[in-house]
Amino acid sequence: MNVSESSEQGLRAWLLTDTPSSRRHAQLAAWYRGWLSFRANPMTMLGLGILLFLVIVAALAPWLSPHDPFDQDLAARLQPPGSENYILGSDGLGRDILSRVIYGSRITLYIVTLVAIIAPVAGLFVGTVAGYAGGWADVVLMRITDIFLAFPRLVLALAFVAALGAGIENAVLAISLTAWPPYARIARAETLTIRHSDFIHAVRLQGAGPLRIITRHIWPLCISSLVVRVTLDMAGIILAAAGLGFLGLGAQPPSPEWGAMISEGRKFILDHWWVATVPGLAIFTVSLAFNLLGDGLRDVLDPKEGSN
Amino acid sequence: MLGLLFVTFFIGRVMPVDPVLSIVGERASQEIYDAAYKSLGLDKPLIVQFFYYLRDVVQGDFGISLRTGFPVSGDIKRVFPATMELATLGTLIGVFIGVPLGVVAAVRRGTWIDQFARVAALIGYSMPIFWLGLIGLLLLYGILGWVGGPGRLDIFYEDIVPTVTGMILVDSALAGNWDIFRNAITHIILPASLLGYFSLAYISRMTRSFMLEQLSAEYVITARVKGLSEREVIWKHVFSNIKVQLITVIALSYAGLLEGSVLTEIIFAWPGIGSYITISLLSADMNAVMGGTVVVGLVFVCLNIFSDLLYKFFDPRAK
Repeated sequence: MNVSESSEQGLRAWLLTDTPSSRRHAQLAAWYRGWLSFRANPMTMLGLGILLFLVIVAALAPWLSPHDPFDQDLAARLQPPGSENYILGSDGLGRDILSRVIYGSRITLYIVTLVAIIAPVAGLFVGTVAGYAGGWADVVLMRITDIFLAFPRLVLALAFVAALGAGIENAVLAISLTAWPPYARIARAETLTIRHSDFIHAVRLQGAGPLRIITRHIWPLCISSLVVRVTLDMAGIILAAAGLGFLGLGAQPPSPEWGAMISEGRKFILDHWWVATVPGLAIFTVSLAFNLLGDGLRDVLDPKEGSN
Repeated sequence: MLGLLFVTFFIGRVMPVDPVLSIVGERASQEIYDAAYKSLGLDKPLIVQFFYYLRDVVQGDFGISLRTGFPVSGDIKRVFPATMELATLGTLIGVFIGVPLGVVAAVRRGTWIDQFARVAALIGYSMPIFWLGLIGLLLLYGILGWVGGPGRLDIFYEDIVPTVTGMILVDSALAGNWDIFRNAITHIILPASLLGYFSLAYISRMTRSFMLEQLSAEYVITARVKGLSEREVIWKHVFSNIKVQLITVIALSYAGLLEGSVLTEIIFAWPGIGSYITISLLSADMNAVMGGTVVVGLVFVCLNIFSDLLYKFFDPRAK
């Protein structure tokens, strides 16, 4: 006991030292300090907790859910919450709402993850190329970005889904197509400030080509501001995906996507409130969690923009 | 703006729906199909088609809506005022509550009212608007009966007031028909407050951060040292300085509401442009969808330009 305690103290001291002994040491120390200030904010930790919970639930969905999410039982349709067998009630086709919400978490995570990968990467690519190349490439790329920014997001996503056809993958694509321009803007701004700094000149003198400079020296420096932006955007992505699902343009019916579930429950809203309420609460909780986490991350990673 | 048109044009062209087939029907012969194909100009190169499209749009011609059978531009003229009515009222609610809330939150920083504003804004950012709308309908209309249900008016009031602006509140007030006016209010109040809540979340946060920025400036200390009352310092000195920035924020949130109204309109069966686009989309009526998207995009761009101009006009430094 005593030994482990002291070694923990030693690790802590090692992590908080002012004189790092190596590059990795310095990096770990910086991470640890970030984590400490991150941990100090209870709201942020709440957000993180909810999201961890979501991931666990999604991973263990087959074991956690009491019923098959697609199993219909017309004899037991529209059971109120708390009734036997159906903790959160059943929907219009007698499917267990709790199981559907649990399985729906997988779809939500799937959509969010894909968009969170596609949009920032596309934005990073466009932004850094525009910023580094300059000249007409910059003008053309930024004009395209402006065009996409000019549209209201949901309306543009609607139009894209209309063109591509409804479905989860197309919803992901449509949301990504509407989500990348802000990332391109951020990445370009970062690139412009870095481009003329001394270390880039030094790297170039060492013979590094533009590709190497962009991928090895500019991208890593853009990451932190992009990460913050992504976390803050996650809530918007979830809401957009749920909105598309609600309109019948995202995940298609038997699928337990939360927005689509609300849309199914809409028919019964006045008499059987739980069908639409439960998935709505799920959406709200998750997007709130992302907002809390994003706020905290911004304070840690981006002190100059922290909430004052 | 040209690019905007190009994107909608492009989306319209990559659509899997065959526009010719939807006009001539499934059973038309090959000759009829070809004739229709030619008359739509689809045999021309893409770039020529684009210029045709441009020419039509400039003349305000978005084609015929397959669903309603009317020209799309006429449809949009009919539905747009409904959206504007909703978004305007929503923005008004957002401004009249959001701005004072933001100011107070900044002045009383760290107190319960600041925390309250923060939480309210956070919930606003995280709430799926269509769900909140459903819950609002359930509670206030279904159970309590305090507000009117979906739609703009009760059914027996419809089509009585002559259409002047297309906004029911204005029209009924002009006609002096206060029964209808009251009825319209009970119908609009819930969706408008919902939209208002969302713009409130945004406006109050922005107001707060603008105020904080100004409050830390030295002229505030000077004003206080001069012995001005706290009210005068805050409203006369500090608030005047954030007015310009605030106008931009309000214009942006107004544009955002035009967009946010898509889902709200569906929930409340509000016959605005949002539900027009969505319903057309579900019945694969592409002319209507593209026309609606272009109009919303144009309004969006115009509001942006407008707020830029206001900025230049009000801010003596931006010359």
